[in-house]
Amino acid sequence: MLISRDDRLSFEKSNPGRRCVTMPKERLAKASVPAGLARRDPLLFPELAELDAIRHFINLSRKNFSVDTHFYPLGSCTMKYNPKINEWAARREKFTALHPLQKPETVQGMMRMLAELEDGLREITGMDRFTLQPAAGAHGELTGLMLVRAYHASRGDSKRMKVLVPDSSHGTNPATAALVGYRVIEVKSNARGRVDLESLKAVLDDHVACLMLTNPNTLGVFEENILEIARLVHEKGGLLYYDGANLNPLLGIARPGDMGFDIVHVNLHKTFSTPHGGGGPGAGPVGVKKHLVPFMPYPLVEKKGDGVQWAPKPQRSIGRVKSFHGNIGVLLRAYVYLKMIGRDGLLRVSEGAILNANYLREKLRTVFPVAVDEPCLHEFVLSLKQAAAKGVHAGDVGKRLLDFGFHAPTVHFPLVVSEALMIEPTETESRETMDLFIEAMKRIAFEIETEPAKVKNAPYTLPVRRPNDVLAARKPILTYRDLLREEAVAAEARVG
Amino acid sequence: MPYIPLTGPEKRGLLREIGVSSLDDLIRAIPSALRGPEMSLPEGMSEPEVQRLVRDLGALNTSGLDFLSFLGAGSYDHFIPSAVQEVISRQEFSTAYTPYQPEASQGTLQAIFEYQSLMAELTGLAASNASHYDGATSLAEAALVALRHTERPKILIARSVHPHHREVIRTYLAESTCRVEEFGFTAGGGFDRQSLAAKLDADTAGVIFQTPNFFGIVEDLAGIADQVHANKSLLILSGHPASFALFRSPGEWGADIAAGEGQPLGMPVSFGGPYLGYFVTTQALLRRMPGRIAGATEDADGKRAFCLTLQAREQHIRRERAGSNICSNQALCALAACAYMTFLGRQGMREVAELNLDRATYLREKIAGIKGFEVAVSQPIFNEFVVKSPVPFAQIEKKLAAERIFPGVALETYYPELRNRFLVCATETKTREDIDRFAEALAKC
Repeated sequence: MLISRDDRLSFEKSNPGRRCVTMPKERLAKASVPAGLARRDPLLFPELAELDAIRHFINLSRKNFSVDTHFYPLGSCTMKYNPKINEWAARREKFTALHPLQKPETVQGMMRMLAELEDGLREITGMDRFTLQPAAGAHGELTGLMLVRAYHASRGDSKRMKVLVPDSSHGTNPATAALVGYRVIEVKSNARGRVDLESLKAVLDDHVACLMLTNPNTLGVFEENILEIARLVHEKGGLLYYDGANLNPLLGIARPGDMGFDIVHVNLHKTFSTPHGGGGPGAGPVGVKKHLVPFMPYPLVEKKGDGVQWAPKPQRSIGRVKSFHGNIGVLLRAYVYLKMIGRDGLLRVSEGAILNANYLREKLRTVFPVAVDEPCLHEFVLSLKQAAAKGVHAGDVGKRLLDFGFHAPTVHFPLVVSEALMIEPTETESRETMDLFIEAMKRIAFEIETEPAKVKNAPYTLPVRRPNDVLAARKPILTYRDLLREEAVAAEARVG
Repeated sequence: MPYIPLTGPEKRGLLREIGVSSLDDLIRAIPSALRGPEMSLPEGMSEPEVQRLVRDLGALNTSGLDFLSFLGAGSYDHFIPSAVQEVISRQEFSTAYTPYQPEASQGTLQAIFEYQSLMAELTGLAASNASHYDGATSLAEAALVALRHTERPKILIARSVHPHHREVIRTYLAESTCRVEEFGFTAGGGFDRQSLAAKLDADTAGVIFQTPNFFGIVEDLAGIADQVHANKSLLILSGHPASFALFRSPGEWGADIAAGEGQPLGMPVSFGGPYLGYFVTTQALLRRMPGRIAGATEDADGKRAFCLTLQAREQHIRRERAGSNICSNQALCALAACAYMTFLGRQGMREVAELNLDRATYLREKIAGIKGFEVAVSQPIFNEFVVKSPVPFAQIEKKLAAERIFPGVALETYYPELRNRFLVCATETKTREDIDRFAEALAKC
């Protein structure tokens, strides 16, 4: 039994009086809490001995898939290997024990790292200036669209209330545009998965603030008309925003800045190898062209003589988007990755990502139809429409893959493909791993034909099977106290 | 090439399998005018060289271990149990993706559920999300919830809320139809009841306080919830989370939302990040809470299981109709906080809070005894407080640098009227000797 059978919460393992760490006994002052300000409610925290607490967390960790244990062919998420030197660097106290309000003179190593990372991102994307503050991709998008708004406002151009997004876009694009107060207009994709130029022209007018684009898009293909798209958008006075989620296959091959994008965000937790952490922290630095520099959030770093300083606040800055300077630990990991990979390595990364994705596509296109059947870049999308006729959905195939030891691909996205299975292997997977994945996919295709129920009810080898998410949403149990309440009600019902 | 298994012969094999002769055949969709950009970047380095580079960069930094640091102001140096680092270093946690596949993520999901339970307990509220980027962005999201929930256009913030947090809220609401107003603080540093009363009106969607506030003062919020709720506005409280183990929690004060900086719960100061935005609210506002939430349910075999829930609120489902655009959060930081609170346990959590109060009180007594320096000794504090110095702060900073001490944070940067005042912080990491040494050095200024 590799996975512990003890599924209890830490709270359920608690025993009054037990503890892990001890704290200094000595008190130096006679400090007391005024009666009216004192906490009165008991603090229902677990009380465990250290071994029990450690065993609790380590056993929890063993109930996870992770990049270090499993292949994650998760489209648009770029689940590449997270190099261990990144972690080694990020844990060093010479970085973790720096207070964010120390004077720049006392943190020159840190400042230099930030400046060099910015340089690297500028070169790779072809942009003029970067803010390293945004904490995630969506936070970068938010920053970017605030820049769009500030730019148009500075020109007295107040009629621009529309943001265009392709129908294949990530959900964060429309959500961000709406958050900043824009009306979201969807642009249709054509039969080959690209922005349909005629549909674009039809909605493009001088009320458009910006077009948000992921390139290569979520179907894994390059927007081949990008130069024309940029010309059309700029001609109408709009700006072009690059969602950097899919930057990986372009490293060293082409740059969003050269394509005409005015603003880009880069997901360091995708392209630059920093770990996903079970959902974060990431980092979403935002790069802009010269005309948007005066609006950038601050603080920005600036080289001065031999050192690096904080730059003066940009003239018409949108302000701060986060406290202090960003997710530094993530930035440091990305910096280390960039140093390891270097200019020569960038091309090897993109080449590996493209070759691996096309190898998988070629091997799987006869198993399930590919949404856009032509060479892809970093990812491709299979459609399981035919399987759906047998009652098996894309999500079911994802679940069945777990039994074969593979994380599910991205399922039911992009929305433009029915029964979508979006697959991105990244450059760090070997051919042997991909071959095992191909075998598993073939096996599942066979099962869909011969015993579809087996796929529909998968997985069978994991700690749980198909948690009931409808029940979870209808009757939210979000804390231990909720659980206690629920159990009390159930016990009463049994007695009654 | 590091991290890439593809060898030369293998590459040719893959091309053959794909049925093309070169990479160029696969990237034809990229216009040739765009291809092969010139990039001024150095070549890649070997791992020993990069380790050396990182060490050399580190050597250029003066850390809080090289100097005795009394810096706080929103980023606090606390003791972190050794076991916390071990837990978050487990690669099964750190290299896992967002737990959208619950069967493959029960570890992460149960940890989030426990984090939510601990945060709800600590803040005295009903439901927590799985984290926000940091305290500032979490508060900004709380402001958005208030605006939407009340359908009113104004957010009222105490000027004694962290200046960065106030700035971020302003950034988030800039150019919208909503506005932000501030109410002041008294000479003692606590919020000004008159100023609040004058600005609390029918437009007010939410009122934001921080306790302990930016000046370190534990606010007396007696009667505030009634006043705010009578006005049909929401009460949003922020503050150092460990203080809630000792002082009244946001829930006990009657807050609708607790949103703030969770860094003190097991994250090093790290030059400002990654940190943790906590967001906890009442049952009534549950469905307006932004961000991911883990819930308990049953699996197909009737067994207890965890999954992400109430996802219909989120951007990947609701797109432009979502309440927030948040996707990636600070999951690993939430795990650190979960581990921190578990390893400290019920007793440890309270002791940490007591020790902060003790060390800061001792430091305040010492500074009160230095000729020329002024501190308000009657104010209730948690782990930091304001010092008025007889000489410009820059002078103190310079003198104490020679003693290898970071004395604190100048307040004039954020409050022009608070000249020659600075904020000092002493957490449980400070010993009697540390504090005595600091006081002696200050006395020589």
